[in-house]
Amino acid sequence: MFNSLSDRLTATFKNLRGKGRLSEADVDSTVREIRRALLDADVAVSVVREFTAKVRERALGSEVNEALNPAQQIVKIVNEELVTILGGATRRINLAKNPPTVIMLAGLQGAGKTTLAGKLSKWLKGQGHSPLLVAADLQRPNAVKQLQINGERAGVPVFAPHPGVSSEFEHATGDPVAVAQAGIAEAKAKLYDVVIVDTAGRLGIDAELMAQAANIRAAINPDEVLFVIDAMIGQDAVNTAQAFNEGVNFTGVVLTKLDGDARGGAALSVASITGKPVMFASTGESLDDFELFHPDRMAGRILDMGDVLTLIEQA
Amino acid sequence: AKSNNALGKGLLALLSSEKIDESVWEEIEETLLLADIGTDSTMELVDVLRERVKVLGTRTPEHVRAMLREELIKLVDPSMDRSLNIDRHEDRPAVLMVVGVNGVGKTTTVGKLARVLVAEDKDIILGAADTFRAAAAEQLATWGARVGVPTVKSDVDGADPASVAFEAVKAGIDGEVDVVMIDTAGRLQNKVGLMDELGKVKRVIEKQATVDEVLLVLDATTGQNGLTQAKVFADVVNITGIVLTKLDGTAKGGIVVAIQKTLGVPVKLIGLGEGADDLAPFEAESFVDALLS
Ligand SMILES: Nc1nc2c(ncn2[C@@H]2O[C@H](COP(=O)(O)OP(=O)(O)OP(=O)(O)O)[C@@H](O)[C@H]2O)c(=O)[nH]1
Ligand SMILES: Nc1nc2c(ncn2[C@@H]2O[C@H](COP(=O)(O)OP(=O)(O)OP(=O)(O)O)[C@@H](O)[C@H]2O)c(=O)[nH]1
Ligand SMILES: [Mg+2]
Ligand SMILES: [Mg+2]
Repeated sequence: MFNSLSDRLTATFKNLRGKGRLSEADVDSTVREIRRALLDADVAVSVVREFTAKVRERALGSEVNEALNPAQQIVKIVNEELVTILGGATRRINLAKNPPTVIMLAGLQGAGKTTLAGKLSKWLKGQGHSPLLVAADLQRPNAVKQLQINGERAGVPVFAPHPGVSSEFEHATGDPVAVAQAGIAEAKAKLYDVVIVDTAGRLGIDAELMAQAANIRAAINPDEVLFVIDAMIGQDAVNTAQAFNEGVNFTGVVLTKLDGDARGGAALSVASITGKPVMFASTGESLDDFELFHPDRMAGRILDMGDVLTLIEQA
Repeated sequence: AKSNNALGKGLLALLSSEKIDESVWEEIEETLLLADIGTDSTMELVDVLRERVKVLGTRTPEHVRAMLREELIKLVDPSMDRSLNIDRHEDRPAVLMVVGVNGVGKTTTVGKLARVLVAEDKDIILGAADTFRAAAAEQLATWGARVGVPTVKSDVDGADPASVAFEAVKAGIDGEVDVVMIDTAGRLQNKVGLMDELGKVKRVIEKQATVDEVLLVLDATTGQNGLTQAKVFADVVNITGIVLTKLDGTAKGGIVVAIQKTLGVPVKLIGLGEGADDLAPFEAESFVDALLS
């Protein structure tokens, strides 16, 4: 029984060694292994289908490369296609011509938004910006306090006119739209040049809360809306990404908890389904665990490709 | 045999149109994959069904789907004992711990469960052994206040989680409560140091009590990594049940099928929202029906 793609491809390569050209059947069996690996990495079924069709087409049509055997050529094609989708639109944060630059965070419950707010603020501060954090999650118990502590750790001020749900409040009473708006006004008055708005987690199918997020967006007209998504997510990545894309029309994606051992196929799903770029990777619980997103590393991670590329070199 | 007359051809066409063609199998496979059942379990299920179709000579896709439901229910096993081990011992409270990766809903689940137990007239104490995440103890205490139960927490940021857990259990013993519920910090299962710390929390509690229930909280949106999570947490703290949260969304949580099968640990509760009442017992049949819908 072969567990990883590289194990299975090694077996496929063994069978293929010595052959000059790939038959259609050879291509199909290799593509089948790749399909399996993508599904095991949690890439969405629809994305896998589209992706493997494209790889198959390219593999069958590809010209003979003297240096590589045909199976290696397929792997090379797969890697190229992955990096193209993941890195298709890599870019930096859009800074507003007239500050403040407004960044809004959105995503499912527990994805890592509030932690990311702290990380982003610290990172931007390190680059010479003067960020302001805005506490617009008035729903999760002690979300405001959590952001305040993160702000303190990052050395960044937190605008929190409403305490949200804390011991004294049984229900969410504040108006996050008003808080977000007031946060922008505060930044303008006090000359902060970046505003990061933390919002409550919400489900894609929660129409009421999605409308609230849309209202926040409309009220603050952000330069960036970052969709924060957990790298461990499975097939639901599609529904969720589509719902948030429709709800808040996000401009970029942040993949969190990449310090775990999930393969992170969601990166491919979200990028491929929405066409929005993955911009950052969140890689831990501390405020410095934050990086720019690297499409090539992610491609290797999804496919176990690091090993596969070594394999090609050895062949 | 090859049939040449028109009647024979017609009959053959009729028979084959009633057969289960590949598109039915593809549809079944896709349904399972989309529910995060995983490639291994999906292939096993499809093989079992193919075999049954062959043996029974099944003709209609409807029947195959009914058999799929049957097989899934069999796998999820309605006969498993899914009750919580939280009966007070003669001389000390029962102790329950929640564990899991970051952000899955551990603290919220403790809050909801406290509500349920309070409604059953149980005396409860919460222990905030997440001393790491910003405002984690306050979050738990807010839940405690909501449902009217006390929370033992440390005033020191980054205090030793094992000693907070110890203090909470001690308070529970002294106060003669029924259940002590320990919330722990989220941790990814590949972080060896953090997993060791979790093991220590449990061992330290066991100096004065038994840990009767260890619930692994799992987010329904989790994909194939869920199985790795369950295996590692089971190794470190011997989980006794699973809570599948966020089933109010569009995710089906199919990875628990492989988890139950591999580890024999039952899903006991499901989370259906962020409110205090959004907790329900797990039911195999409704889970399977949602999975197939
Ligand atoms: N290991 C790891 N943990 C993370 C990362 N990002 C966030 N976390 C943890 O994930 C949990 C949830 O993070 P939050 O920032 O509270 O998530 P959120 O999206 O704000 O959650 P809600 O506001 O409840 O929707 C916390 O325990 C964080 O410490 C990451 O990149 N790696
Ligand atoms: N929709 C929905 N949200 C939930 C459910 N359970 C928890 N949440 C939300 O998920 C987020 C994370 O919940 P927590 O209870 O803080 O999760 P945790 O596992 O304690 O997180 P850490 O301690 O940071 O690891 C919060 O926004 C909760 O309100 C559920 O069943 N459904
Ligand atoms: Mg938050
Ligand atoms: Mg918690």
